Amino acid sequence: METGLVISIVAMGGLGAFFAVFLTVASQKLKVEEDPMVEKIMEALPQTNCGACGFAGCHALAEKIAAGQAPVNGCPAGGQDVADQLARIVGVESMKAKRLVAVVLCRGGNAEAKRSVVYKGDRTCAAADLTGGEKDCAYSCLGYGDCVEACNFEAMAMNENGLPVVFFDKCVGCGACARACPRDIIEMHTEDRRLFVYCRNRDKGPQAKKACKVACIACRLCVKDCEVEGGIEIKDNLATINYELCPQDDKPTRRCPTKCILFGENERITSASFYAGGMQKVSGD
Amino acid sequence: MKLKTFERGVHPSYNKELTADKAVVRAGLPGRVIIPLSQHIGAPCEPVVKKGDEVSEGQKIGEATSFVSAPVHSSISGKVKDIVMHPHPSGARALAVVIEGDGETRDWESDGGGFDLDALGPEEIRGLIRDAGIVGLGGATFPTSVKLSPPKGSRIDSVILNGCECEPFLTADHRIMVEESEKVVLGLKAIMKTVGAGSGYIGIEDNKPDAIEAIKAAVSSLAPDIRIVLLETKYPQGAEKMLIDAVLGRKVPVGKLPLDVGVVVNNIGTAAAIYEAIRYRKPVIERVVTVSGNGVKEPKNLLVRIGTTFDEVISQCGGLVDGMEKEVLSGGPMMGVAQKTLEVPVVKGTSGITVLAGSEIKPATHKPCIRCASCVDACPMGLMPYKIADMGRLGMTDDFKSWSGLACIECGCCSFVCPAKRPLVQWIRVGKVRLREAERSSSK
Repeated sequence: METGLVISIVAMGGLGAFFAVFLTVASQKLKVEEDPMVEKIMEALPQTNCGACGFAGCHALAEKIAAGQAPVNGCPAGGQDVADQLARIVGVESMKAKRLVAVVLCRGGNAEAKRSVVYKGDRTCAAADLTGGEKDCAYSCLGYGDCVEACNFEAMAMNENGLPVVFFDKCVGCGACARACPRDIIEMHTEDRRLFVYCRNRDKGPQAKKACKVACIACRLCVKDCEVEGGIEIKDNLATINYELCPQDDKPTRRCPTKCILFGENERITSASFYAGGMQKVSGD
Repeated sequence: MKLKTFERGVHPSYNKELTADKAVVRAGLPGRVIIPLSQHIGAPCEPVVKKGDEVSEGQKIGEATSFVSAPVHSSISGKVKDIVMHPHPSGARALAVVIEGDGETRDWESDGGGFDLDALGPEEIRGLIRDAGIVGLGGATFPTSVKLSPPKGSRIDSVILNGCECEPFLTADHRIMVEESEKVVLGLKAIMKTVGAGSGYIGIEDNKPDAIEAIKAAVSSLAPDIRIVLLETKYPQGAEKMLIDAVLGRKVPVGKLPLDVGVVVNNIGTAAAIYEAIRYRKPVIERVVTVSGNGVKEPKNLLVRIGTTFDEVISQCGGLVDGMEKEVLSGGPMMGVAQKTLEVPVVKGTSGITVLAGSEIKPATHKPCIRCASCVDACPMGLMPYKIADMGRLGMTDDFKSWSGLACIECGCCSFVCPAKRPLVQWIRVGKVRLREAERSSSK
């Protein structure tokens, strides 16, 4: 009885001591030298591995920046702060960070879009898109929040009207929501773009109007009201803004009969204003 | 005697008694038809008519633009009202020709080229099939002329006609076998001649004794060398690969086609259409559609013109039942597609319209997977549905591919048996879409 106890203590202790020595030696012998700059860059990066930079995670970007193969403003999620810090670390002049923001180009929520069926399948947009969802509009937001689920930055939520909203202050522009949307309603735009057509419906006017109160009916009023020729065009029954030409002001929005073209709308919603409106914060999981 | 069958599969309630004994009735002539230009697997057709054109019954209105395609024909005589995007029973939207009818009809069976197979070469038969716009009428809608054009070097020794109709509720093929058995058998002979196959088989499930009798009689008088194979009533017996396994004991490898094991499988309705194309030069302008389910007042087997809206077809069956919540499916309950609107037209692949109502529609709540492997035991393709469904749901496209998610035939056995009611086949379909998207964006 006693000997058994002693044997096990000695055996386990011996094994422990052996591995401790072995691992210490191994960690010294097999040490991989990492560029200290990469480590420093990693500390400055958000380390969310969102993929917005186009590389396979933050570490991959850090290596590229350290090697001078990526610009210091290569991290869209980090914004200007990170770009400045990285410039200091690498020792180059800082560059202006180009901020991208996600814009949800559909305003046909529960109140506006007509629905004539009930969807009973799996409540994700990806699955609902296979049968077309509940709304009559075949281009609309499906409303099951795959985009909100995909957001790693708490920058999106579903509003009481069943539509996703992007918090202008929180969005880092990683584009995960745009990739998650099966109907490509979410687009990534630079911050300086402020005029958007919040509709994707390419049906003819009467049909689009029947399906949704806030659909683009291709009436051409915004095309006429845009100060620059060709700034807004009708493509496939849908007003399309040519951002190279179209001045960013609210002139084209004034006569829109369905109010689907809006100016400065996406900047209005911030995390604070949204949750102040009485919406409960729901954690992802 | 033990009947032939394949491994695994399920036994749903078949509900065929609603329409199995009802003879096919010709549906009323629709005043307006909406004919999608994409009614087959492959490239959509190009319209060859314009708004305002007069068209006659059977006139070609859409021309196939590539090899894997099939032309479409006007199913009524009248005037082209419009060419627009219209909802399609597959759930998508497609360009369609809207034709306003003038009430005139044509008697196809009064003329034609006769049915003399000896006078026709394989190439001529193939041409007639292609001109008639024949596609797999069981629902897969693969262009038949392409299926009957085996690539050089491959040898087809057997043709199997699929008389299983394993999908619950549907009895369209069943009625064709009973009422048009001679057309079916002669159609099979034409297929055998086209691909140069020596043996012909007709596989029929044992729950259709009257069809077996009728086909037996036709075979003994017209083509005694064709063999009738009795099969166990099991779902999905009528899936191509399962049928080949059951009838001939040959397994089609994943990613391969039946012709890789020397077999061509065709549907009963397709064989009858091939006969009509050769004998009367009649294109696919109408088809038998089973309208069934507890949501329809008078379930029927109707001979419907292509392009008739579901709304009109259902109204000819007494309409929908009142009060209860209803679900309209294009096809049967296992593989059918739920419809958003009744404005969708009957297309070449519409073998049935099933309307489920009230208690037949189950709520869509599901529970966590308990790893019971019921889905693995049911999957006729030998896949692991619980695994690939999650990969599809979570967007793990690489894993989805390496676990053979693309081999899934979407029969729905996994969802059917899942005790946690998980929508497995739906997630696998999502996975296929995601994989296709991922492959497209990486090839860019």
